[in-house]
Amino acid sequence: MDDVTDQKGVARAAPRASATFDEYTLSEIRRAATTGIYDIRGAGAKRALPHFDDLLFLGASISRYPLEGYREKCGTDVILGDRFASKPLELKIPITIAGMSFGSLSGQAKEALGRGANAAGTSTTTGDGGMTVEERGHSKQLVYQYLPSRYGMNPDDLRKADAIEIVVGQGAKPGGGGMLLGQKITERVAGMRSLPVGIDQRSACRHPDWTGPDDLEIKILELREITNWEKPIFVKIGGSRPYYDTALAVKSGADVIVLDGMQGGTAATQNVFIEHVGLPTLGCIRPAVKALQELDMHRKVQLIVSGGIRNGADVAKALALGADAVSVGTAALVALGDNDPRWESDYQALGSTAGAYDAWHEGRDPAGITTQDPKLASRLDPVVAGKRLANYLGVMTLEAQTIARACGKNHVHNLEPEDLCALTVESAAMAQVPLAGTAWVPGTPLG
Amino acid sequence: MSTLDLQELGLRKVNSTLHNADAGEWTVSNPSGQHAIACGLDKPMTVDIQGHVGFYCAGMNQQADVTVHGHAGVGVGENMMSGVVRVKGNASQAAGATAHGGLLVIEGDASSRCGISMKGVDIVVGGSVGHMSAFMAQVGNLVICGDAGEALGDSIYEARLFVAGSVESLGADCIEKEMTPEHLATLTDLLTRAGIDADPASFRRYGSARQLYHFDIDKADAY
Repeated sequence: MDDVTDQKGVARAAPRASATFDEYTLSEIRRAATTGIYDIRGAGAKRALPHFDDLLFLGASISRYPLEGYREKCGTDVILGDRFASKPLELKIPITIAGMSFGSLSGQAKEALGRGANAAGTSTTTGDGGMTVEERGHSKQLVYQYLPSRYGMNPDDLRKADAIEIVVGQGAKPGGGGMLLGQKITERVAGMRSLPVGIDQRSACRHPDWTGPDDLEIKILELREITNWEKPIFVKIGGSRPYYDTALAVKSGADVIVLDGMQGGTAATQNVFIEHVGLPTLGCIRPAVKALQELDMHRKVQLIVSGGIRNGADVAKALALGADAVSVGTAALVALGDNDPRWESDYQALGSTAGAYDAWHEGRDPAGITTQDPKLASRLDPVVAGKRLANYLGVMTLEAQTIARACGKNHVHNLEPEDLCALTVESAAMAQVPLAGTAWVPGTPLG
Repeated sequence: MSTLDLQELGLRKVNSTLHNADAGEWTVSNPSGQHAIACGLDKPMTVDIQGHVGFYCAGMNQQADVTVHGHAGVGVGENMMSGVVRVKGNASQAAGATAHGGLLVIEGDASSRCGISMKGVDIVVGGSVGHMSAFMAQVGNLVICGDAGEALGDSIYEARLFVAGSVESLGADCIEKEMTPEHLATLTDLLTRAGIDADPASFRRYGSARQLYHFDIDKADAY
């Protein structure tokens, strides 16, 4: 570092930016001071968190035989919801598409998600606002979300669904509801939600007719009775108290638990909520699995983990820690074309840049995905985007298989914590696997 | 008239029989406060339930005319789409929650959150309702022949509320509004259809001030 002097030649220390008041923090203070309102955005937590990158697979050795790549079979199929449902979901791959609403996403984006999932042999999920004809038509296996707002909720769609997901919370905002701003409320979106066009639409943070696990058990009974005990019932929880919430969901009669960590995306929530409430995905899995194991329900009630799943290694690590499947939302949107550098000038015009654009609630998405503007939405070709998603899901599956074979597993579900080590003390404690090169597993497991 | 003995047949058999029936007149005996009785019906049938019921009776009802000859637990007629659900006694919390259509009649009192997030249903309560009734009510009519508890119509959208008795307090963005001849005609029709003898002229109307339809930081104190 060069010596620094002022205009009078007096020696000065080099200008030093504060680690506490860093560039982003200063800009946020200035933004708050200018606007008088908190920052709302889409996506999940952006802060650095202990994550799957902090884990490594050990691979085979003298005591562990690998399987031959490209020759020996490594299964990826998964059955979801066979605890009570007479028609469980049978998926070819352990990667599902997370719940995202028509309203927050364009019709083209929903169609593309359906096309991609179909090609890959997996399921998609509706979101707040109900089920559209198009997404039912384009999704061979469709999970119908049952949300606190009950926007668009009707028994006909319930019966058309292949599974029902009762949403208690999501990782980006455990304990929070939502708000779809008026600029995204077209006539069709408003009609589906039984509200006037153009007004902000609040999504409730808790269900209107049940509170607590005893009530949830009765609610699940009602949904099963209405659908003739055919549909698997998922319960989606935000990463908050995964040990207890998993146990309570099992007690309530769930077939499948969907557990979403704080890196999981949202269409629109306060930045302070996204960044400061909830648990990182890595810290959620083992407590949930422990609860399942203690109830003798591991692999009987399936666990789907979401929140920051990006590649086949993440998939394999989540499964090794005890999940039955994972779910992708943000990554699926990126595969469709979200935040693509080809729209860089448009992103800059919106005060953002490709890779950082998260004003999904404003409806001005240059990629035509998080918008209801017909002109912008037409930028997304659902056939091409669906193919991209299918490619991406295929690559993730191949990557997970590659790792599983290297660990000597003939099915990705045979991966186990013993196959892993951790690079940091924090990740070792959260994942309950040894720090690399040691036999040390720090931390006290919940429960 | 066919009778289904719930104690003898069990819930699954009773509901599946009703689901698979073409229509007709049915009686469910010995309900014993069980949950989810006669939920998910979708035929123009009549179902008389001879006693008290638990949670979610007649939930998501379509077309059917269901009468509970007793009291009802939480969420009676929740998310109903059409048809008529009638409770001869009192109803617990969240009666008619999120319901999209049809007519829900509670001849006695209803507890808290009656008509919460209602989306088009008409609800007539012969007695009083508890706190937070019509919370976030979107569309439809809620008629209260008795009194309303605290925070009536909190965060209400376009639903219309009619109250004959006192209102303990109004919730955020809910105000008293003019009772026009059109509203009076609607109210009169609802009371007639519900079979409840009350003077429409004694009611006052409440609805949304529409001041919270767009988030405005200057109104943050209202939230």
